[in-house]
Amino acid sequence: MPFARLRFLPRFFPRIPPRISPQMALLPMALVAIVGYLGAALWTLRISLTSSRTFPSGHFIGLAQYQRLFDNERWLLSLHNLAVYGLLFVAATLVLGCLLAVFIDQQVMGEGLLRTIFLYPYAMSFIATGVVWQWLLTPGDGIEAALRALGWNVHFDWIVSQDMAIHCVVIATVWQAAGLVMALVLAGLRGVDPEIWKAARLDGIPAWRVYLQIVLPMLWPSFATVLLLLATAVAKLFDAVVAMTQGGPGIASEVPAKFIMDHLFLRSNVGLASAGAVVLLLPVLALLAPYAYARSYAQRHREAA
Amino acid sequence: MAHSHPPDMNLPSLNLSKLNIELGGRSIIRDLDLQVDPGEFLVLLGPSGCGKSTLLHSIAGLVEARSGAIEIGGRDMTWAEPSERGIGMVFQSYALYPTMTVEANMSFGLKIAGTPKQEVQRRVREAAALLQLDSLLGRKPAQLSGGQRQRVAIGRALVRQARVLLFDEPLSNLDAKLRAELRRELKLLHQTLGSTMIYVTHDQVEAMTLASRIVVMEKGSIQQVGTPAEVYARPANRFVAGFLGAPPMGFVDGELDGWGRFVADGLALLPAPGCCAPNQHTRRAVLGVRPEHVTIGQGPYAGEVSLVEPMGNHQVVWLRCGAQTLAALEHDGRVFAPGQRVAFGIDAARVSLFDPGSGVRL
Amino acid sequence: MNHFTGPRRIATPAPDLASDGAAGAPAISDLAPAVSGPVPAPARARCKRLTPARAGVYAFLIAAALFFLLPLYVMIAASFKPMDEIRQGGIFALPHAVTLEPWRQAWSGVCTGAACEGLRSGFWNSVAIAVPSTVLTILLGAVNGYALSFWRPRYANVLFGILMAGAFVPVQVMIYPLVRVLALAGIFGSLPAIVVVHMVFGMPVMTLLFRNYYCNVPQELFQAARIDGGGFWRIFLHVMLPMSLPIIVVAAIMQVTGVWNDYILGLTFAGREHLPMTAQLNNVVTTTTGTRAYNVDMAATILTALVPLTLYFVSGRWFVRGIAAGAVKG
Repeated sequence: MPFARLRFLPRFFPRIPPRISPQMALLPMALVAIVGYLGAALWTLRISLTSSRTFPSGHFIGLAQYQRLFDNERWLLSLHNLAVYGLLFVAATLVLGCLLAVFIDQQVMGEGLLRTIFLYPYAMSFIATGVVWQWLLTPGDGIEAALRALGWNVHFDWIVSQDMAIHCVVIATVWQAAGLVMALVLAGLRGVDPEIWKAARLDGIPAWRVYLQIVLPMLWPSFATVLLLLATAVAKLFDAVVAMTQGGPGIASEVPAKFIMDHLFLRSNVGLASAGAVVLLLPVLALLAPYAYARSYAQRHREAA
Repeated sequence: MAHSHPPDMNLPSLNLSKLNIELGGRSIIRDLDLQVDPGEFLVLLGPSGCGKSTLLHSIAGLVEARSGAIEIGGRDMTWAEPSERGIGMVFQSYALYPTMTVEANMSFGLKIAGTPKQEVQRRVREAAALLQLDSLLGRKPAQLSGGQRQRVAIGRALVRQARVLLFDEPLSNLDAKLRAELRRELKLLHQTLGSTMIYVTHDQVEAMTLASRIVVMEKGSIQQVGTPAEVYARPANRFVAGFLGAPPMGFVDGELDGWGRFVADGLALLPAPGCCAPNQHTRRAVLGVRPEHVTIGQGPYAGEVSLVEPMGNHQVVWLRCGAQTLAALEHDGRVFAPGQRVAFGIDAARVSLFDPGSGVRL
Repeated sequence: MNHFTGPRRIATPAPDLASDGAAGAPAISDLAPAVSGPVPAPARARCKRLTPARAGVYAFLIAAALFFLLPLYVMIAASFKPMDEIRQGGIFALPHAVTLEPWRQAWSGVCTGAACEGLRSGFWNSVAIAVPSTVLTILLGAVNGYALSFWRPRYANVLFGILMAGAFVPVQVMIYPLVRVLALAGIFGSLPAIVVVHMVFGMPVMTLLFRNYYCNVPQELFQAARIDGGGFWRIFLHVMLPMSLPIIVVAAIMQVTGVWNDYILGLTFAGREHLPMTAQLNNVVTTTTGTRAYNVDMAATILTALVPLTLYFVSGRWFVRGIAAGAVKG
């Protein structure tokens, strides 16, 4: 018997009935889940219904904080920025990541090197990414200055413009995240039954159509997961904005996460910030619920088959 | 199903000459010649790694040959793209496009090729009618059973009006019962359609039941080509003899004496005139005899029962005769115990003789 | 008709992200190509024809590679230039007068908030945060994953569901109550605080990694160990944990990278003496007194990114496995 010596090992732990040990071992997880996540979220919800300023107070004022929130110009701008950012970021990252994955899938030379190059930005922190791209995109410095020195008369002042500052954040974060999408889509592509490719070749279907109409639709679970990851990353956008524009110029590139953090710690308005946090939570939950449902449906489907 | 251009019955469906295929630097198929007549059901049979799948893929154009020629329907297709060869293929996993309906699966290739819509619909309808897929046209592959998926895969190949249909071990992923059922369906289909079919398998039962001719392959070269009866009764070498038939043919080492008699411990047998080439005298030889040609209870030889395997409607009785072991089939239900000494006989008209070194039939 | 010859297919299973483990693919999905199953890969008897389509593929990939490499090149080049070169030459030029002064400045001279001691204190702070966070979170994740996949106590899956949902929720939803709790416990703004916080937020991914890994260990192994008399902890310590080396490596890489690159938690919970490198970097860059010393900024950025980048370039395949197994980043 391979593990017979288990019986003769010195007893480090007292004899606990097998039923209880796993439950005791999972106590930290229970604590984190119930207190750390659920409890904290509920507490935030509670605070959002009070008139807390620097410290939580017990004074309930119903939904007044939410009203103040949506009267707040900065908050509304942050939501608008997040929507613009979210759409651009998700679309660009998906398209770029998919293109990279599909092209790398063509048995190119130097595939390993290319994959390493496309994925290394993901290993950097958002702060580092923001710092570099801020310099690159600063008018008078960075790319604009270098191109001008080469003789091209370019103007690129997006990062200091009210309307386009958030687009610069898009560029930096797409640079960071496209490699991740590439890695995940590529893994999915490589899991496709090779005989589908042979059948398509026999049918005389050109490769681009195979990708577009057969293979990529087959990867919808991977895409669902990628979309979820990207969408939640959008909601969490904070570090990159802090490093690149500090929310500026002025408040032009404000985002909800930054609004909340500023009001929690700098402007001492915990109630308003908590209301903001709850509002930020809603779209995430709205995405999570159908995703979880779709996956459990697929799971049951697989088990039945 | 009517082909819009009927195959020319005078030309062979497929002609392979001096085909050489290499993969990863290794030679898989060496100098292979093969001719397939129209309407044949040709089975490529052999163990894993013998090159049968590679050969099929090269006929399909999915694998490029190093040298040699592939002619399909009289036309040179050695370097043609798979979609231009006039072939259809059914894969081991069926490879149906999962996100498309049955109808879309069958029509996709035709649409891409620019076939007019009317024609596409006509062909799909005909194939669906032939394969009883009419009620399934709107379903997706995940909603189909294994047998239905196989029929869709065949339908996809049929709508291409292929001259040759290729099958790459389509039944190996199925359980035994379904396998037998679908095997019969395939045979019926061949009888109805009359198309040339080339079928790869490692299962000799499939080969025997389906084939009009069997090509037995080993290590990249053809060991024997013949009808199932020929390959079974007169195997060309020891490999073929041992590969076909279950339980397998028994082999006895011995020698041929001056009178052409086969002699081994406890055995002396004069093979019937048709069994081996004439004038084989005084040489070592291996005798091959199938269990169904060994009769227990009467005969000139004696042996000891070592093992009995009941098989339901018959028993396999293993006999030891000196240093040799032979299997015998018992249909009458007599009971034999291990250790029992019995007499047995061998049908001298049905034996085979092989050279001990090369294994070639004498 | 001019189209690509079919790409080489390989038979690795697709990763199932945030997966429920048992059904579907193993958590460890190797992105390196492997030879396909029963049928050999298409023969390459002749070189791949350089069709216009193929040239287009290479052109796109090379352009993309340049786009991805540009910031790295600019960072490295600038960090070795003196400031006048940067003002004159623009960012694309290679340094003429290579100098290590920006690096010295970044490491020990720049002002990070109150002190002007460079980033080295931040470096050691990050180390002091990363090591215990990683070790403890991996331990917890391993125990959780082990208990979830083999013992499956009641309600465990509900807890796991909450945990996984929490991983996707923005940290702002939970941050203030955590601040209050830690303040009440008297440890807010200290090293234990930030370690605890990283454990709380790192637990979902670590648990997921181990749970998926253990789901692919045959149940029979566990049953044999139980028959041999093993209890919960004994089987874990003597059977499962020793087998877990590959996933521990992956988990360590992911956790160290996540902790090192974290900004918001370090900023909030670590307190001034233990501020991690990322927060210090931000202070360096955004507090401008006069003109910005871009070379020092770039050197500082490289220093901050050095540890995770090195991990990435060295571990390659393992890093990718971590992504495929549960890419929930910060």
